[in-house]
Amino acid sequence: MPRVGVLALQGDFEAHRKALERAGAEAVEVRTAAELADVDGLVIPGGESTTMLKLLRMDGLFDALREFGARKPVFGTCAGAILLASKVLSPAQESLGLVDMTVERNAYGRQIDSRIVKLEPEPGAGIEGAVESVFIRAPVIREAGPRMKVLLKYEGAPVLAEDGRHMVATFHPELTGDTRIHRRFLEKLAAG
Amino acid sequence: MLYLDEQFRLNVGLAEMLKGGVIMDVTNAGQAVIAEKAGATAVMALERVPADIRKEGGVARMAPISKIREIQKAVTIPVMAKARIGHFMEARVLEALKVDYIDESEVLTPADEEHHIDKRSFKIPFVCGARNLGEALRRIAEGAAMIRTKGEAGSGNIVEAVRHIRTIVKEMRQLTVLGKEELVAESKKHQAPLELVQYVAEHGKLPVPNFSAGGIATPADAALVMQLGAEAVFVGSGIFKSDDPEARAKAIVKAATFYNDPEKLLEASEELGIGMFGLDISKLPESELLQTRGW
Repeated sequence: MPRVGVLALQGDFEAHRKALERAGAEAVEVRTAAELADVDGLVIPGGESTTMLKLLRMDGLFDALREFGARKPVFGTCAGAILLASKVLSPAQESLGLVDMTVERNAYGRQIDSRIVKLEPEPGAGIEGAVESVFIRAPVIREAGPRMKVLLKYEGAPVLAEDGRHMVATFHPELTGDTRIHRRFLEKLAAG
Repeated sequence: MLYLDEQFRLNVGLAEMLKGGVIMDVTNAGQAVIAEKAGATAVMALERVPADIRKEGGVARMAPISKIREIQKAVTIPVMAKARIGHFMEARVLEALKVDYIDESEVLTPADEEHHIDKRSFKIPFVCGARNLGEALRRIAEGAAMIRTKGEAGSGNIVEAVRHIRTIVKEMRQLTVLGKEELVAESKKHQAPLELVQYVAEHGKLPVPNFSAGGIATPADAALVMQLGAEAVFVGSGIFKSDDPEARAKAIVKAATFYNDPEKLLEASEELGIGMFGLDISKLPESELLQTRGW
């Protein structure tokens, strides 16, 4: 069984842990570099990207994570996707640069603009049927680099995409009962 | 189930994103920036921090709009604001202002001594205080998407928050060992809807995130309530009534993440001074308690 870490500095890491377990993985919480060294892949959950960034910086986990991502798959949702991006706007902030994209924070607005929508996958995405997508103070992917494979789009912008071994979602698959997206990430782990 | 409609899921969803974090009381943009820089997951905009409300007395109301706007402009993290218990028009104004969360709070002077706000009729989420399971479930039935312990706001004393989180957690545990037929009587005892009592009996937890507030003044206080079952913390007067707001804010953020790691807590606490002046709650007259507001 693949052993997947969930970065548990802050945010909805518990929801991800449960989603991974439903998808058939062993999920463990990761707060330190030592714990990170012990997993085959990592999920960076939703939460506040500014808070996570502070905590990553406090204990030198930032560099360990960047190094981890050079070898192993990472899946970021919402704040996690922001941390993985190569460039962050509104305002500009530091990021891991593991996924070739530019992300704008809080691009839909405040909580009153949060929404749940059903999205049809892009042709060739390899996902069957609509995906219920929960957007909460979500970012928007403004530019996706040439390596990116877009799986789902909303209002013309990618919301679920892959960059090689990594995956990003600007919404929260962990807040639905649907395990297809987590299972897809587990397939990346199996592929090495 | 009534509690799983789309609006409610979005409301609870934002509370999920705040887990493991610290929500800090601020009264102006300068404090909000300090909070955000220290790693707060959200700020709570208010006119005066609870310690000052307690000291100065008078009627405590929703913060001035200009202050809330100033705070909204200053930070990118969610901005919450407090409305008086039962004052649904203060809440409507906050909704029009697009704050991210409303705290229907006992820290402000209640506007209605019988009814709380019908929180289901709003498009933005609410958090409410509770001292026990029944109170928590009544607030959830009204539409609250997050519960926090009341503690005793502005006291700098953790004893009441500890009492409240222990009570809520114990009462939830007790429900999990009862037979189905016993839950009807429990619903009556807790004065809470049967459907919610059944949910807690089955899951051993509330259907919404359970945070802690009211008296948290040190990193160790934050870690203590997290150990007891809180999923995140609110810090009110504890930060900006101390001599070292920036360092203390940062240290409490670290404590909310590493509440299980005494070495890291030690590191976080190393450079802090003595913290805000605290009150012995057993010496406070009943009329000065904030936690008894709300029904």
